[in-house]
Amino acid sequence: MSLLLTAAQTVGPFVAISFEHTQVQDVAPPGVSGERIVIQGRVLDGDGKPVEDAVLETWQANGHGKYSHPEDTREKLLDPAFKGFGRVLSNRHGVFRFSTIKPGRVPGPNDVLQAPHLVVLVFMRGLLKHLVTRVYFPDEAANREDPVLGLVPAERRSTLVAARVGDGLLEWNVVLQGQNETVFFDY
Amino acid sequence: MTDPTPYRRPYRQTQPEYFYPPYRSTAKRAPTRPLVMPPQTISEVTGPLFGHEDVKPEEADLTAQHAGEPLGERMIVTGRVLEETGRPVCNALVEIWQANAAGRYRHATDNHDAPLDPNFTGCGRVLTDGDGRYRFKTIKPGAYPWRNHYNAWRPAHVHLSIFGRGFMQRLVTQFYFPGDPLLPYDPMFMSVPDERARHNLIAEFDWEHTIPEHAIAYRFDIVLRGRDATPMGA
Ligand SMILES: [Fe+3]
Repeated sequence: MSLLLTAAQTVGPFVAISFEHTQVQDVAPPGVSGERIVIQGRVLDGDGKPVEDAVLETWQANGHGKYSHPEDTREKLLDPAFKGFGRVLSNRHGVFRFSTIKPGRVPGPNDVLQAPHLVVLVFMRGLLKHLVTRVYFPDEAANREDPVLGLVPAERRSTLVAARVGDGLLEWNVVLQGQNETVFFDY
Repeated sequence: MTDPTPYRRPYRQTQPEYFYPPYRSTAKRAPTRPLVMPPQTISEVTGPLFGHEDVKPEEADLTAQHAGEPLGERMIVTGRVLEETGRPVCNALVEIWQANAAGRYRHATDNHDAPLDPNFTGCGRVLTDGDGRYRFKTIKPGAYPWRNHYNAWRPAHVHLSIFGRGFMQRLVTQFYFPGDPLLPYDPMFMSVPDERARHNLIAEFDWEHTIPEHAIAYRFDIVLRGRDATPMGA
């Protein structure tokens, strides 16, 4: 059987009426083990203007590098209090912010370990279908051998790596167009 | 661990392009650099799963969220969430949001000169059952103007967000109503290149679920990406 895939359509300008009260800004509730981090940043359009109506959804493994999902069949510790899903809206300055823990490493193609990362989906008015990107961590030696980062042109890799701006505070921006355009993936 | 079986690439022409000039907002928001195409890893084929602890049954009824009944035409929306292979997706989270019967959203930036309805918020959520079925009760939304081009009106529509088995199946879409004369003028609807895929965004009148003396039903099935085989041990 082969059914025709449903077409994506934009979330439009009023997505907040549904997503605002289902935000998950604290991805790791108290008690979840791991290195605590806050990731904040801005979403910027092709004119460098803040995007005030974006939604970011994040997905990540726990501190042991285990996804809370049946398809992760590896024998690693699950943290019952940690789902790994985040959803945040940008504000009128284009700013978003969420707190979580740094994920452990998970396998990539041919069991080569990937560097710690979060998968990020980006939705907004003006995007007829969502964008997919990743956040990696600064000062992480594993980034050099990451099988996905390795596919990204070297001069653009930095758009996927957050910057440390304070104690446990990371900055990572979503730049939709231009010189520092964020790398987006097509699966 | 063996590499996950990848999800099929979206079937050709079923999805809009990021840059679609008739929809003006795409000009400054669509990526301009080539997208990178990595293999799908465990990070992409997994994703958040939802259960009955996350969603209350009453969230499926948008007509019962306030003291009184919302104005407008009561409507039942049902459908199934399926994979391209025909396999139903159970426990898929379906979220909807929409304008009220007059075409106005309960949102600070909606300045359309149409009345708000104190008895209508316009959003709901539901989980699919074991056969992938979902059901909402709501009111039929009105069309509303937007400033994309001269005399631009969005055809009546309901926004839907769907979480399937993993992030590779994530989908946000909209459904429309049969016979709406605004559809051929709407750049969002028209952004879907394949005519059949575009037509599939129009819900069908559903006589069987229509409730006599009470509410007209529409049917909207949702098809998420599928994969050709299940990996061993999954
Ligand atoms: Fe809308």
